[in-house]
Amino acid sequence: MTSPVLETRGLTKRFGGLTATRDVSLQLAPGARHALIGPNGAGKTTFVNLLTGIFPASSGTTSLDGRDITRLKPEARVRRGLARTFQINQLFANLTVFETLGLAVNEQRGHGGRLWTSFAGNRETQSRIEALAGDFGLTDLLGTRTVELAYGRQRLLEIATAFACRPRVLLLDEPAAGVPEAERHDLLATIARLPREVAILLIEHDMDLVFSFAETITVLVEGAVLTSGPAAQIAEDRQVKAAYLGEDAHV
Amino acid sequence: MHSAQDSTAIRPVMRGRTALELAFWLLAFAAILLFPRKLIILNEIAILALFALSLDLILGYAGVLSLGHAAFLGLGAYTAGLFAKHMNGDPLTGLAVSAAVTGLAGFLSSFLVLRGTDLTRLMVTLGLALLLGEAANKASWLTGGADGLQGITMQPLLGQFAFDLAGRTAYLYSLVTLLILFLIARVIVASPFGMALRAIRDNPLRARAIGVPVSHRLVTVYTIAAVYAGIAGALLAQTTQFVSLDVLELHRSADVLLVLVIGGTGYLYGGIIGALAFKLLQDAIASATPQYWQFWIGLLLVILVLTGRERIRAALTGISRRLAFGRATAGSAP
Repeated sequence: MTSPVLETRGLTKRFGGLTATRDVSLQLAPGARHALIGPNGAGKTTFVNLLTGIFPASSGTTSLDGRDITRLKPEARVRRGLARTFQINQLFANLTVFETLGLAVNEQRGHGGRLWTSFAGNRETQSRIEALAGDFGLTDLLGTRTVELAYGRQRLLEIATAFACRPRVLLLDEPAAGVPEAERHDLLATIARLPREVAILLIEHDMDLVFSFAETITVLVEGAVLTSGPAAQIAEDRQVKAAYLGEDAHV
Repeated sequence: MHSAQDSTAIRPVMRGRTALELAFWLLAFAAILLFPRKLIILNEIAILALFALSLDLILGYAGVLSLGHAAFLGLGAYTAGLFAKHMNGDPLTGLAVSAAVTGLAGFLSSFLVLRGTDLTRLMVTLGLALLLGEAANKASWLTGGADGLQGITMQPLLGQFAFDLAGRTAYLYSLVTLLILFLIARVIVASPFGMALRAIRDNPLRARAIGVPVSHRLVTVYTIAAVYAGIAGALLAQTTQFVSLDVLELHRSADVLLVLVIGGTGYLYGGIIGALAFKLLQDAIASATPQYWQFWIGLLLVILVLTGRERIRAALTGISRRLAFGRATAGSAP
């Protein structure tokens, strides 16, 4: 295996007496299609918050491209190439699609602090926004405010916005959550088309999506890694079935 | 602005808006000739508008609520007053000194203010303004305390234009300052920085998740807003040649919030329209019923908030559209 693009070693998070994430070590190879699954309350969301720097880790380390990022702020991790989407849309209600994408593009290019230039006056910025909109099927909606978008489109914008940060690693937190059946196909096709240079960690409940997308799967139970391996192997794993279906399940 | 959206339907509205804006500023300058006896109140309006513009930068664009914005108005006023009295009576030098002092104060206090949520911010801004007010009261050897800071004499503006009793120089000075700072603010809110502020207002969590250094941006805008408020305060001190503790009082912070409630937040004309409406209403009601004017102002505000201030904005958009399409049809007629 080539050196991992994202790696955690013994990552642990305690909230008082509760250990929400326990000694998690995980590696993502460049271009990986990796899913993180686990029953409700397994600590998937806490783990994402540790990776992205929302919570400080109690112990353990996170590194991106071999550089330790354990103590970096969320925005600094994004600039190093670690972007995420949210399980519940976290968008800018009053901004248009154009503005939302432009914001991420400007930050990625290091123009976000500029006071004296026009927001999208730069040609490179504009063409990147248009390319992103094209890739995610949002071209006709560039001038539409986020609140006026259909839910499925908001879901696409959620991913497009993270992707606008030009990540090396993209965390997709339940990307299909709440998307109506009619819009689901578009969304899954878009996820499948994401470029191979980007390593993806998918956090998901939906087993159809997990097995159609992921090549490697890590199972989290009670904050710790139960098992990790190729998708086909996990599908047959008795322990996983037990964790999902109960100890005595005969499958 | 956005190449992707500059459809032909939007352009005439933009042109209509430009025409309306031009008319507004021309009228503001023509007021010197049109209303020569109203220049004192017009000067107050221009200063209040600048103060409201300052608050709009943090409240309307970045979503930071402050109940103590008068701290910067007052600090700017006392700085300009003391500077003129003890150092140098040149107005523009005084303006620059006030801007520097309030900018520094804004920068330093931003680290206290920007922690926490809306409610903590409200309390911290309120607290800081109260502290400053009490300090100014206590330091009467410097500020004149309750008697106010007296004995300020201003040199003529640019060495040419003396401050007259009718308020011509004063109004023109405040208006030009307002216009310049307004144009600067317009560039700022249309910049990548300005867009980041709106993103922070809408969703700080996501702003951080796309790499926006949220606290850094807020410190910057808070400092800019402090400079704007400080300049408003300096104008007040210089054009009235007097500073009293009143500039630091809670009602100043509350009034400027009301101005934005009336005019609307998050667009730069909100403060100007609000200041104009607030002052003219106050003036009209106060001369009609000197004893109960606050009652009527209060009632009007309640009605305004209940019926929705969005209407002012909608009416303006309507006017600019009519201007635009009116002219467009006239132009295309054979």
